[in-house]
Amino acid sequence: MTTDRWFDDAAGPVVRPYAMTRGRTRSGAQDARLDLIAVVTPLVARETADGAADGTGGAGVEELITAAEGGRFADGSLAPEHVEIVARSRRAPLTVAEFAAELDLPVGVVRVLIGDLVEAGLVRVSRPVPPAELPDERILREVINGLRAL
Amino acid sequence: MVFGRSERAKQPAAEPVTLKVLVAGGFGVGKTTLVGAVSEIRPLRTEEALTEAGGAVDDTAGVEAKSTTTVAMDFGRITIHDELVLYLFGTPGQDRFWFLWDELAQGALGAVVLADTRRLRDSFAAIDYFERRRIPFTVAVNCFDGAERYAVGTVREALDLDGEVPVLLCDARVRESVRDVLISVVEHAMHASAQAAAEAPDREAAANS
Ligand SMILES: Nc1nc2c(ncn2[C@@H]2O[C@H](COP(=O)(O)OP(=O)(O)OP(=O)(O)O)[C@@H](O)[C@H]2O)c(=O)[nH]1
Ligand SMILES: [Mg+2]
Repeated sequence: MTTDRWFDDAAGPVVRPYAMTRGRTRSGAQDARLDLIAVVTPLVARETADGAADGTGGAGVEELITAAEGGRFADGSLAPEHVEIVARSRRAPLTVAEFAAELDLPVGVVRVLIGDLVEAGLVRVSRPVPPAELPDERILREVINGLRAL
Repeated sequence: MVFGRSERAKQPAAEPVTLKVLVAGGFGVGKTTLVGAVSEIRPLRTEEALTEAGGAVDDTAGVEAKSTTTVAMDFGRITIHDELVLYLFGTPGQDRFWFLWDELAQGALGAVVLADTRRLRDSFAAIDYFERRRIPFTVAVNCFDGAERYAVGTVREALDLDGEVPVLLCDARVRESVRDVLISVVEHAMHASAQAAAEAPDREAAANS
């Protein structure tokens, strides 16, 4: 990691804010902020696999473009990052935080992009955990056992 | 990885259950080290709008904000199995990053408060924060080389902790040590939720009378 433009040890560089979201810090679809550990799953049809060889979900891309052209995106525009998010979500369900880390984008930007995809009906986001609602004891025991095996 | 057509057409794995544990503590206490000891760690960038003075402004300022700086959090993933994943979030120690906590704390399973015996008071803010929000936490005393090894009881007293808050000595660099700290957090969360469940009917009865 380069440090020359860094603000200090903890704060990163001053960024061009939200270029790929066209300055939007909110997506229309989202009233509440997407939780960092909310899981994104694709809703695009998975059997139209013609561009299969590239491993990035070619069919999904086509569908995305159709969606964009059909005006299903907030401002009609589709960023490469939208495509990337759908492609990755088709390989494995990932959380909002993982998309941010993997695409090396700030969380806020990823939230807007995912919000666009939700609005366009291309992905679904799991309901964020309601505060103070803990998973049941069975799950917690599974976590403990899993940690013991680390 | 290259998948054949049939592979690609398969239904994706069921949506995993995701849980988060927070890692808090003063500046330089070993948070990043701890997350890295048990998980693949990556920086996670979140952004902060800056006022001209350089401080954080309210979120509502949105696009009008003068400029934005990103704040890097520690982000780790522990895959328990395909359908159960534990995420660790560690935030920078400086006070000016507290705004990050309010979002992170939502729905958190529990927290680790890392403490350094040479600077115990640095962990007061984090302890206070989790106590107020009733987020179960374990205090892990990071035993830096050469640091005086306090007895757990002394630390508990110095931090004025409730009896049920677990206090452990740990080495943030050692996987097994960090693993034990995390187990303690989850166990504590489990007890806390059982207790809350046991109390809930009483509360309802009281509200209805
Ligand atoms: N001897 C020893 N050194 C440690 C231990 N834990 C962390 N360190 C060292 O202490 C320094 C600070 O550790 P970090 O993990 O970066 O601390 P941090 O809490 O993430 O720091 P900030 O994010 O800046 O608040 C690093 O040089 C670590 O190698 C420990 O248990 N023993
Ligand atoms: Mg750190």
